[in-house]
Amino acid sequence: MNVAHLLSELTVFVLAVFVGVELISKVPPTLHTPLMSATNAIHGIVLVGALLVAVVLEPRLGPVLSIIAVFLASLNVFGGYVVTQRMLAMFKPRPASAAVAVKKKDPLTIVLTEEGVQ
Amino acid sequence: METAIGGPTQLLITTAYLLTGICFIVGLRLMNSPATARQGNTVSIAGMTIALVATGFQLNFAAAWWIGLIGLGAGAAVGIYFARAVKMTAMPQMVAIFNGCGGGAAAMVASAEYLRQLDATHGNVPIDLAIASVLTAVIGAISFTGSIIAFLKLQELMTGRPIVYPGQQIVNAILALIAVAGIVAVSIGYQPVPAFFASLVAAAILGVLFVLPIGGADMPVIISLLNSFTGLAAALTGFALSNDVLIIAGALVGASGTLLTLMMGKAMNRSVANVLFGAFGSAPAAGSGGSSVSADATIRESSIDDVAHMLAEARQVVIVPGYGMAVAQAQHAVRELADQLEAKGVEVKYAIHPVAGRMPGHMNVLLAEANVPYPALIDMEEINPEFPKTDVALVIGANDVTNPDARTNTSSPIYGMPILDVDAATKVVVMKRSMKPGFAGIDNPLYALENTSMLFGDAKASVDKLVTAVKAIQE
Repeated sequence: MNVAHLLSELTVFVLAVFVGVELISKVPPTLHTPLMSATNAIHGIVLVGALLVAVVLEPRLGPVLSIIAVFLASLNVFGGYVVTQRMLAMFKPRPASAAVAVKKKDPLTIVLTEEGVQ
Repeated sequence: METAIGGPTQLLITTAYLLTGICFIVGLRLMNSPATARQGNTVSIAGMTIALVATGFQLNFAAAWWIGLIGLGAGAAVGIYFARAVKMTAMPQMVAIFNGCGGGAAAMVASAEYLRQLDATHGNVPIDLAIASVLTAVIGAISFTGSIIAFLKLQELMTGRPIVYPGQQIVNAILALIAVAGIVAVSIGYQPVPAFFASLVAAAILGVLFVLPIGGADMPVIISLLNSFTGLAAALTGFALSNDVLIIAGALVGASGTLLTLMMGKAMNRSVANVLFGAFGSAPAAGSGGSSVSADATIRESSIDDVAHMLAEARQVVIVPGYGMAVAQAQHAVRELADQLEAKGVEVKYAIHPVAGRMPGHMNVLLAEANVPYPALIDMEEINPEFPKTDVALVIGANDVTNPDARTNTSSPIYGMPILDVDAATKVVVMKRSMKPGFAGIDNPLYALENTSMLFGDAKASVDKLVTAVKAIQE
């Protein structure tokens, strides 16, 4: 066991925990669902681990299990981000009066706004 | 981690991972306002892309690169397809299943890495790597099977009610013991392979068993807890693989998930342990048939026209949405009703209980989908003082979060949970499918109050009819 190495990893871990708590405690309840979904996608980073273990490091799982591991992690990443994106699309600021004002000036903007609404 | 390549390439890859970590942190930072949240997610996606490209450089040198490509491509295709196809109302189960996938992947990665280390070190895996691997496997497995059960419950492929059986706690305790014993054995190198898989299997079963007794309304706590488990598993994978980006990302998610879980618990005035192990285990499991409100209580049923007039003549209406609105997909109809009322000069607000629905902030997302401006969504603490000034509180598919027993009845299972004080409104209209009790299987005395009238039927159908009826009313 390389103690110095472990300690530096623990340092990173502990600091990241504090950053995580600090960041999340400022998120309003309105955004809790998208936030959860976003963090859900972020832990899909395990995909990096899955790729390394399945491909780069001498593969132990055999091709089928390796593919499954990468598949699961990839599902987590892509599914997670797309779901989050869809949720956040609904939180676009679009006060009714502003939308009407924009409509007269710029038809393109309103199309985008309505897309966000769906 | 000994990789095939070192030197400058490895340096570049490490730098890329650092960038990824920064992107995740900045991305989450931007999530604290609706105005910048989308940007936040984009930054986070950029971070993930950087990490994947960096990993791709490493794959380039390996013979089995096609394994990565197939798995990645298939996962992306299936994930994107379902994430786009799913209805907004099904978001909680979607998040649950994606979360489970991450947990499952982490468990598999840790197992593979442990076996590799065993071979490479001829059975003398350094204790820190051994502990990190077996802990990842255990936590990842709990998250995997637990999320699947949560998904099945939310998708209504199995009952959403708590499933309880005698000896539940003992069985769980034995499984937990097996997992812990396995972890200890692995870390000291005693029979490491059987011990590793014994703890993995015990954890997988434990994941199933600990979500089974969780009732639907406790789902926000569980979903967010499982999310933090997967985050922790990802961080531990980072320790097992000596990969800093996994540690950073995993720690961020683990911390945020834990915080959110505690916030949900606080909103229900229950500790997370209490949610997990039980107050509702002792609640009567049966609730089959029959009315749930005591026989002497009088329930006033109302008609669409009566309610339409009541609403149209009000000065202020507060809409209280619950899971029933989600199930009936009534959010668009609700928004239309609010528009109609506002056109008649009625002030309309929405009261959002922190644990209404099946995931944190569930109602906010649904109403946002229906285009309700988010400033109209008002949190419990702010809306409660408004109820005495409210002419009509319109409860749509919410039950336990409006139950006055939580304030007064010390023997109620939900006693102490902060609720929305709808009973303080001049009139209360409760839209409900039937007199069936909420998830806790308990009565709601709100329904028998003098100022309450019930409107039975599917929430969407009823709200649609209300819209028509309100439209028809002439000033």
